Amino acid sequence: MNDAIVYRSRMPFAIKIEPRMSVPRWLGPVVNIAAVVVALLLGMVILAVVGGDPFATYAHIAQSAFGDRYVFSDTLVKATPLILVGLGCSLAFRMKLWNIGAEGQLYIGALCASACVLTGFITPATPQVLALALMMAAGMLGGALWGLVPGFLKARLGLNEIIITLMMNYIALALVNFFVFAVWSEGGFAQSKTFPRNAWLPRASEYAATFDFLSGLTTHWGIVIALVAVVIMWYVISRSRWGYEIRLTGDNPRAANYAGMPIVRNTILVMMVSGALAGLAGMSEISGVVHRLQGTISPGYGFTGIIIAWLSKLNPFAVVLSSILFGGLILAGREIQPSGIPRLIQGMILFMLIASDVLLRYRVRIVRTR
Amino acid sequence: MTDAGTPAAAVRMQGIVKEFPGVIANDHVDFELRAGEIHALLGENGAGKSTLMTVLAGLYKPEAGNIAIHGKPVQFGSPRDAMNSGIGMIHQHFTLISTQTVTENILLGLDVPGFLIRLREYDQTMLELGRKFGMAISPSAKIWQLSVGEQQRVEILKMLYRGVDILIMDEPTAVLAPQEISGLIATLRSMAADGKSIVFISHKLNEVMSVADRVTVLRQGKVTAAGMPVKQTSIPELARLMVGRSVTFAVDKPVKTPGAVLLELKDVCANNDKGLPALKDVTLQVRAGEIVGVAGVSGNGQSELAEVITGLRGTTGGTITSGNHQLANKSARVAIESGVAHVPEDRSRVGTAPNLSITDNLIMKAYRQAPLANGWSLNYGLARKNAQELKKNYAILAPTIETSVRLLSGGNIQRTILARELSGKPAILIAMQPTRGLDVGAIEGVQQLLLQQRSADAAVLLSSEELDELIALSDRIVVMYEGRIVGEVSQPSEKDIEQIGLWMTGGAHE
Repeated sequence: MNDAIVYRSRMPFAIKIEPRMSVPRWLGPVVNIAAVVVALLLGMVILAVVGGDPFATYAHIAQSAFGDRYVFSDTLVKATPLILVGLGCSLAFRMKLWNIGAEGQLYIGALCASACVLTGFITPATPQVLALALMMAAGMLGGALWGLVPGFLKARLGLNEIIITLMMNYIALALVNFFVFAVWSEGGFAQSKTFPRNAWLPRASEYAATFDFLSGLTTHWGIVIALVAVVIMWYVISRSRWGYEIRLTGDNPRAANYAGMPIVRNTILVMMVSGALAGLAGMSEISGVVHRLQGTISPGYGFTGIIIAWLSKLNPFAVVLSSILFGGLILAGREIQPSGIPRLIQGMILFMLIASDVLLRYRVRIVRTR
Repeated sequence: MTDAGTPAAAVRMQGIVKEFPGVIANDHVDFELRAGEIHALLGENGAGKSTLMTVLAGLYKPEAGNIAIHGKPVQFGSPRDAMNSGIGMIHQHFTLISTQTVTENILLGLDVPGFLIRLREYDQTMLELGRKFGMAISPSAKIWQLSVGEQQRVEILKMLYRGVDILIMDEPTAVLAPQEISGLIATLRSMAADGKSIVFISHKLNEVMSVADRVTVLRQGKVTAAGMPVKQTSIPELARLMVGRSVTFAVDKPVKTPGAVLLELKDVCANNDKGLPALKDVTLQVRAGEIVGVAGVSGNGQSELAEVITGLRGTTGGTITSGNHQLANKSARVAIESGVAHVPEDRSRVGTAPNLSITDNLIMKAYRQAPLANGWSLNYGLARKNAQELKKNYAILAPTIETSVRLLSGGNIQRTILARELSGKPAILIAMQPTRGLDVGAIEGVQQLLLQQRSADAAVLLSSEELDELIALSDRIVVMYEGRIVGEVSQPSEKDIEQIGLWMTGGAHE
């Protein structure tokens, strides 16, 4: 297992691949950044091949995502659901539970949060803090429920969670469509009526009267909620006993069983928490951005969350940075092209990240043979 | 097909040497298989039986020696070469595809049924081929629907269909229920009568006596009996040839009177993973300050015994008590909290989380209790401090305590496990094969740790494949065979080896 692999060639050197005994702290971030850079460089090549100007394109992307505080605020709006979903995915992935149903969990979260308002449970007279707390709780509960089903089936019956979570995405989408078309449709459109103001997560611009620099910014309270979730998740994974159980079970379930850890219970719980975070993202989108339930809430945040979890190596703080990067890409991507190139760059980043893992586990050396 | 009349043996292997890092698995082994015979290859685990046959089947290349098939010298570069010479090997773990049918599995990898497969016709062929050798099969059944015995028949048919006339079976009875064994033996007999030659790897003496025409015994990579007709030998003689004696290494074991009974098993029964009975009415006591050795050829219930005590396997009957605690059918957590420490047989797949650090691996059992546990959180500062100390005290060789366990050597992984299990000051220690695969220095260290537990008045249950080690360390030895305790020796010494060997191989039943 610890043997080095040596690739020989006719050249006067050989490439030697040896397992690393220890990974220096700086190496992880460096390799990650390098992977993103390589993916962006490849993107430039492709842009050039299809006849675009790679430099101008990238400059444009940077400009329209991070150019001034107004566009950066929009980037943060996009990053908010990504942070929450990315956190949820990274928790599940820690335990090697491949939850790819964050998209569906997000939709159900949005549905349940909206239901609080649209069924009249929250009235325009409800205090805003209470209304928002109720919606958050409902969103998380909905997402948790959507995670509970595959978690239970996986833990109790050993079914494949990838297939179940994937399929449940379509059920969730259809369910939301049913409600926006048939139950809460406003004038036959695929959207409900606008929520009363007390069901809105306040935007930064609403505080412009007190803090002048916030005027015109679209960022809403969702980003604060997401950042709080990041800190909690960091604590859970790296400081709590439950997090230790999750890490150990993810690495070797048989050892976890041998150590007396409750694997079945944790499988279900992790899927529920993962779903709850995605559900919270759904709540944050409808309450902070669109202010109504509609058929299209997410441009695939749930799937982008998977990339973000990998990009950040399941580290909660890195999730924030990755989400901002991808939030920018989503925002700026639309400026360039509705689909296509921006998606392609996202895909290549994921590809490079997974490939770069080899560099963390092995040391590649070029040795002279002659 | 075989022409049984020719004087040339079906297989003649001469001076086969096969080395693995650190061990010589086959040390100038000669082996001769005659046409139309069932030849048993007998030896303990690790004696080199499977290695020798894997060489014959073309999976390993020997460092030295030559092989002749029907008098013709051959050199196998791959299993396909061996297959072309009519040699086929059936391993302990079957190589079947569970979602495909019997016929599909038999045809798999062959060029015979061109592009269009008319399976019906082949079904009939398989049925007839099976019938010829007394094997009932249903060709259209999917593999997952079949019992282990039926799957084995599919493996045999696969070989027969490929025209194999030299069939090697690696411990074919290990996975079978008793009634399936007699069916298998009948099949092997009819194949031998048809002129096929069969090598039957086993370590069960009575089976060898009832099935084989001749027997070759291996011990520590060397032949101790070559092609002996079974009619001219006896079970005690085979047991001696197989277990042999070697120099008992000296262990300084102080005299000690055992204390109270700390672990008591009464009539414990349990099934193995396949649902077959693995423990049958096991009754056993281990006292404080006593090492009880469990001898037995692996697969006779020792693993299951450890698992029922440590909460990793349910029982189907009987009681397991430790003081006031009931341990049968409880969780691993109950066992851990009752003071049962467990050095598992499979270090890397059960005993450790390979990608986590040494620190993380050391707190696997203690993370639930104070002082490591602090409400919801874990005191990692304390965990690191403890890890530093344990690394020093147990001489775990690693760059830092943050090093992943997968990067450690076997001996250091074992020391990590021992550090974790013993630092909890266990009342009961279940040590499974604690020295297997370690180098001499590491072995000595592990043995000293076991004796320290005895001095500290722990009840130690020790399972080992090294009889010498068991004799040197144990105050008592119980011998397991087919899930039962078939014999017991107090204050064992070297002169008990033969008797233990006889029990281990089921010889005492005859």
